[in-house]
Amino acid sequence: MSTPSPTTATVGDALPPLALPPITRTTLALFAGASGDHNQIHIDLDYARKAGMPDVFAHGMLSMAYLGRLLTQWVDQRKLRSFGVRFTGITHLGHQITCTGRVVEKFEVNGEQRVKLAIETRNQYGETRIVGDAVVAL
Amino acid sequence: MIDKKHIGMKLPVYKATAEAGQLRFFAKSIGETNPVYLDESAARDAGHPGLPLPPTFLFSLEFQIPSNAWRETLGIVTSRILHGEESFDYHRMAYAGDTLQFETHIADIYDKKDGALSFVERKSRVTNQRGEHVADLRSILVHKNA
Repeated sequence: MSTPSPTTATVGDALPPLALPPITRTTLALFAGASGDHNQIHIDLDYARKAGMPDVFAHGMLSMAYLGRLLTQWVDQRKLRSFGVRFTGITHLGHQITCTGRVVEKFEVNGEQRVKLAIETRNQYGETRIVGDAVVAL
Repeated sequence: MIDKKHIGMKLPVYKATAEAGQLRFFAKSIGETNPVYLDESAARDAGHPGLPLPPTFLFSLEFQIPSNAWRETLGIVTSRILHGEESFDYHRMAYAGDTLQFETHIADIYDKKDGALSFVERKSRVTNQRGEHVADLRSILVHKNA
């Protein structure tokens, strides 16, 4: 593994970004099966249209799982203390998601050094789709 | 609008086991390349007792709750919902083969935009087969009332 050590992280540092391939119908079909989220809005075009959407769109939890990859490629999952997001916009078919994160705070809890990370996903147009934060132990 | 009288409602406690095959399928579906999440021997080499559940996978286990009766009780229409927020507080790792118990309740219900949107906050306490506290999950579901 060539993962850089976060032990020297300081406020303002950026995590190595994670760029994903465009979302396809296959991506959504596989994720529906693998995640157990079979909501038809993500897999059935006819259902999506009846619900007033132009097409199926990505599960929010797919993008959150991508953000999980951003975190665990930077730090061992055993150091992850919390991880939360707000879903602020829809990720449509064809969107190319990039996950980014940066250190916004450094603090100590019960003798453990921790950093707070601001994390987000953006599509290829630079539009933020998910914003959140995570706390990891150093 | 979703009736606030349901605040505090407990969902049936249920247990789910994370299967290694399901974890590998999940890892593949999100394009995971870290062998710790794909290969049990790589996981063991990294000091894990088995394939770890990736950070968001507890949500998938929670989602497998056998009955969606609670949604019907609240009057939630599936085609009208959006996922608003999701968060995890982690206390210890969970691994393939662990049986995880979910104790879930409706923590809050509130409206925005003059009642056009209802927000339902759900919280789950997750423990493993040894009774150890694994994580706390918090979900906000947004319901379009009209």
